[in-house]
Amino acid sequence: MSQPSTHSDAETAPRLVLEQLSCERDDRLLFSGLSLTASAGEIWQITGANGAGKTTLLRILVGLHGFYEGVCQWWQPQWQQELLYLGHQPGVREELNPLENLRYACALSEQGGDPMAALAAVGLQGFEDVPAAHLSAGQKRRIALARLWLEHKAVWVLDEPYTAIDQDGVAALDQRIQQAAQAGALVIYTSHHQVGDGVRRLHLAHGQAEVTSGGLA
Amino acid sequence: MSVFRAALSRELLVLWRSPAEIINPLFFFVMVISLFPLAISPKPELLALVAPGVLWVAALLAVMLSLDGLFRRDQESGVLELLLTAPVMAVVPVSAKLLAHWLLTGLPLVLISPVLAHMLQLPDAVLGTVMLSLLLGTPALTIIGAIGAALTVGLNRGGILLAVLVLPLYIPVLIFGAGAVSAAVDGGAVNGILAILGALLALTVSLGPLAVAAGLKISSGN
Repeated sequence: MSQPSTHSDAETAPRLVLEQLSCERDDRLLFSGLSLTASAGEIWQITGANGAGKTTLLRILVGLHGFYEGVCQWWQPQWQQELLYLGHQPGVREELNPLENLRYACALSEQGGDPMAALAAVGLQGFEDVPAAHLSAGQKRRIALARLWLEHKAVWVLDEPYTAIDQDGVAALDQRIQQAAQAGALVIYTSHHQVGDGVRRLHLAHGQAEVTSGGLA
Repeated sequence: MSVFRAALSRELLVLWRSPAEIINPLFFFVMVISLFPLAISPKPELLALVAPGVLWVAALLAVMLSLDGLFRRDQESGVLELLLTAPVMAVVPVSAKLLAHWLLTGLPLVLISPVLAHMLQLPDAVLGTVMLSLLLGTPALTIIGAIGAALTVGLNRGGILLAVLVLPLYIPVLIFGAGAVSAAVDGGAVNGILAILGALLALTVSLGPLAVAAGLKISSGN
């Protein structure tokens, strides 16, 4: 259950403001006039057909894609310190084992915490020293997801975190995302799976972006 | 610094576990140089004349050959996005990568060069200059080439484009590298030429990693 007394301030603080954001790709309008304000403690689900621009939108948010018009403003200049981004590809090198992969990701993102415990939390105990080349697609995705169980970041941007994850994993991930939001993190993810109630949804279709439940700017 | 150390050990480990990436350039270097005496002539005076150029051209191409895949697999696996969105400056892990790459692909070329120089009938007195010139030159080649590799990482077939981008920038290093060895063969002074090579190295070491990091950002779509 949530504990409103401990994080009421954080919950109302706007973390991300988008104003009239539009993006074109290969002469095709992905979305235009996208405006929203996302605050701490919220969960945003981005939906849309394949090729609707979900990944591009996330890449714009995290600063990987610079070809857009409009405003994309985070709440503080050093927002990258507080960003946890899981890309479309899991970011796992097959030559390395899960522990080595996770340690490198931690070093880059300056995350503390116990990598072994995080791997255990995503069900990879016993696989720590198996080269990732020998793991399944779902297990590789779990290596990337293990970062969610490490030290806390204020903004999570997750691109299709549920891909190739089994039912138990989906439940654990749902729980973890809700936990993070309750602790005051802003979670933005793309998937057709809904984490739970109270999720704000942004739907991208036919060059339009539409906020369908709550959180309208 | 701890990020640099973690990144360096990771890069060394990744390279070490894909031995083809280490062996290919070295094998190329050895093959090219061992074929030359067979194709031209085993006459010592003729070989000693062309040896500095042959050694350096082979080393240059071997380094360039090794660079095509420098960022490719990191890009395909999504590690590059991780690196570019990380709170640490991209130049830190990039520098670690360049150092690791040179240690496992460039340094072996330097270490084997005396054997190959001997094969090309170069006098023993110049072997030191051969090694020193390559020791100063190959890291510069690696870093300059990495700028091209970073800019072409998003392209499917960047190999030829990489060569077109990078070869003009390689020419000063080639001229002074081969020039140092030639001067040593002729018994001239080499210190000045080696100093210029060192200056080129200092320039690439100080500015190159920044350019590589910027190139990766451009490739990602910025």
